[in-house]
Amino acid sequence: MAPALETIGIGRNFGGIVAAHNISLKVEKGARHALIGPNGAGKTTFINLLTGMLRPTRGRILLDGEDITTVAPFLRVRRGIARTFQINQLFGDLTPLETIGIAVSERLGSGADWWRLPGSRPRVTDDLVELLDRFRLADVMHERTATLPYGRQRLLEIALACACKPRVLLLDEPAAGVPEAERHEILATIEALPADVTVLLIEHDMDIVFAYADRISVLVNGELFVEGTPDEVGRDPRVKAVYLGEEAIDG
Amino acid sequence: MLTILFDGVAYGMLLFVLACGLSVTLGLMNLINLAHGAFAMAGGYVTVVLVNRMGVPFLAALPLAFLVMAALGALLERTLYVHVYAKSHLDQVLFTIGLVFMSVAAVDYVMGSSQQFVKIPQMLQGQVDLFGTGVGKYRLLIIVVCGLLTVALQLALTKTRFGSRLRAAVDDQRVARGLGINVNAVFAVTFAFGSGLAGLGGALGAEILGLDPIFPLKYMIYFLIVVTVGGTSSITGPFLASILLGIGDVAGKYYAPKLGAFAIYTIMIVVLIWRPQGLFARPTTR
Amino acid sequence: MEIAFWLIAAATIYFLPGRHLILTEIAILALFALSLDLILGYAGIISLGHAAFFGFGGYAAGLLAKHALVTEPVLALVLSGLAAAALGFVTSFLVLRGSDLTRLMVTLGVALVLREIANRYSELTGGADGLQGITMAPLLGIFRFDLFGHTAYIYSLIVLFVLFVIARRVVHSPFGLSLRSIKGNPLRAAAIGIPVDRRLITIYTVAAFYAGVAGALLTQTTAFASLDVFSFDRSADLLLVLIIGGTGYLYGGLVGAVAFKLMQDWLAHLTPQYWQFWLGLVLVAIVLIGRERMGRWVSPLRILGERLSERIARLFGAASGTEGR
Repeated sequence: MAPALETIGIGRNFGGIVAAHNISLKVEKGARHALIGPNGAGKTTFINLLTGMLRPTRGRILLDGEDITTVAPFLRVRRGIARTFQINQLFGDLTPLETIGIAVSERLGSGADWWRLPGSRPRVTDDLVELLDRFRLADVMHERTATLPYGRQRLLEIALACACKPRVLLLDEPAAGVPEAERHEILATIEALPADVTVLLIEHDMDIVFAYADRISVLVNGELFVEGTPDEVGRDPRVKAVYLGEEAIDG
Repeated sequence: MLTILFDGVAYGMLLFVLACGLSVTLGLMNLINLAHGAFAMAGGYVTVVLVNRMGVPFLAALPLAFLVMAALGALLERTLYVHVYAKSHLDQVLFTIGLVFMSVAAVDYVMGSSQQFVKIPQMLQGQVDLFGTGVGKYRLLIIVVCGLLTVALQLALTKTRFGSRLRAAVDDQRVARGLGINVNAVFAVTFAFGSGLAGLGGALGAEILGLDPIFPLKYMIYFLIVVTVGGTSSITGPFLASILLGIGDVAGKYYAPKLGAFAIYTIMIVVLIWRPQGLFARPTTR
Repeated sequence: MEIAFWLIAAATIYFLPGRHLILTEIAILALFALSLDLILGYAGIISLGHAAFFGFGGYAAGLLAKHALVTEPVLALVLSGLAAAALGFVTSFLVLRGSDLTRLMVTLGVALVLREIANRYSELTGGADGLQGITMAPLLGIFRFDLFGHTAYIYSLIVLFVLFVIARRVVHSPFGLSLRSIKGNPLRAAAIGIPVDRRLITIYTVAAFYAGVAGALLTQTTAFASLDVFSFDRSADLLLVLIIGGTGYLYGGLVGAVAFKLMQDWLAHLTPQYWQFWLGLVLVAIVLIGRERMGRWVSPLRILGERLSERIARLFGAASGTEGR
């Protein structure tokens, strides 16, 4: 069976700078795969390559066996790969209801409806309500996103990616910037993600990584350094060396 | 053919001097200043007053025009422009268009709406023989003056401390501030200098481009073309763009007068489709 | 509140018969502003050359009438709008890429190119003298254009109303919502599967249609078309209309058009030659004060207006059930 997500020899240069080099990664269906590495290792670049925001200089990307290397970003979403951003990328003036609503409408093909009123299609409304409930955003669904506290915005950020019902979900540091008090809610949400969704998680926080992931890849200087189960990676002396000092700050 | 090339280069260099202030303020302060042409116009009118009415020698009036406009620029920057730096591009466009309307009407009121001519000194009139063709002395002066200015600008940017601070501030404002560079002072000086250059360009260009109250509106598009095509991350970009535009415009008007400015606009549109960031821009972090 | 607006507008047909000429101008300007609001307020595209579509529609209508190709004005109106829409579609690709400045330049460039073309082919367009000799056939074969501009005004107002209702439906639809998301965060919009380019092209084309209709209305109601339909002044005035009225809620163009025309009229009486100065000053002042602050000043008025309109609506509803909509 084809892995949910696979990259073959992905590389990306920016002029003379090599941001990604020969990354070959396989993420199995339903996996909880973590991607870790020191700052500047190229993790976000990798995500950008996966979603199509960046074109790879070489290599291929396969989603469920299909080559999506040259597919436009918005089409990749339709094929089933969605992401969250390290810093919330939301629509400040829209409400959570509208935000998730537009994503669900898009997915169900009514995003371009110019004659109907939003909410006139029951399939859209059902999914919308379900998502708002699941991410506990129902009580703020009519507030402007920009007025919500950061933790709530982060939940919306994840909810928005889930609204696309992806087969593969890329989470870019989901707990980043979230105050301590609201972290558990984010983590609980990630743990509650459906089992059939494949998750690739970028994280700095080792507690989250070791609690959640069933497989870890370590990225250093744009290259895959080490890969294995949490135990294997946790015990690997090379990983410890790379992270010397980092763990004390982040862990 | 050579005359066209010569005229085109002169025109282009003039455009460069006029437009480079605009390019720098856009790159530095992310400010779209459509009123830049108004500074040029004012410089032209200052020269007219100085030379025609007060009898100041033409060559002396040029640096005076520069200084007056630089002072005016510094004043306006600190009082008005500083409020719109943080606003959206749309707001800046509206604001500076408002300034243009005001200046056009004000000049019309004070100086009348007919075209003004600067009394060019005798020695700059007529032609001189160069490489076997007659070249206009005035245009020769333009090339010399603008050429010197360009070289001076390039040297100032690359060799002086101020130049480094300016380039740092253009590249990344926050980091520059963090390094202790007084970005506000850099802004003020640069804006003043850019306005001064515009004024000088207006003074030089009055003879060639025609000076009347609607000058800023007529030529605004040319300055914008220089900036958009040339990019804002260097001096050489706008310089090359100006030369190209100058030669293109003069050649177009000579070889295909029916097309008029049509060719220029179409070329601009084509260039912008091909390279939306301008022909010479480097990818910026913004 | 909305009903009150349209009721008042309809009322002006009866209560201000002497002012129909300027009211027609206001209606046309309002439609033009509405078309720009669609792309500026809802899709975030800054355009300095929207007059291109206005002028294109205007000349199309003029040529259709002058050469008797299509004599029925309403049909000609629609065709002119479609012509402008085609132009919009073709040029929409230019505004998809690039920074704000690039879009500004490209849109301005298009308008200027059209002006040059219109000037060049003066045998067809009348050049600097304008397109003359247009005679308008009666609307729908029945309603003649009269000298006082009564027919013209009712015609313009109805066209404005119809197109407004459609626009209102569009912006409140999922499509409109996706536009707002594109305006707010184009990166994220693409990341949730919205085909950003396609949506922008669509709204740009629709906005061009609206602008073209406005231009055609101008030609039809004045029986004249000139080069200044493409002028930068027209595009700049339009921006002023929208900042006075506000963008992103559709009524901004309408309210702004009324305010602008009244102000322009008043200023022109005061200082016939230099009113542009005051216009510039207003522009500068508005930007310095800040558009949000202006919105805040306006909102108590708006609330008052809303309460008033509820009373009026009830009154009218009681008197006759068929007024207004």
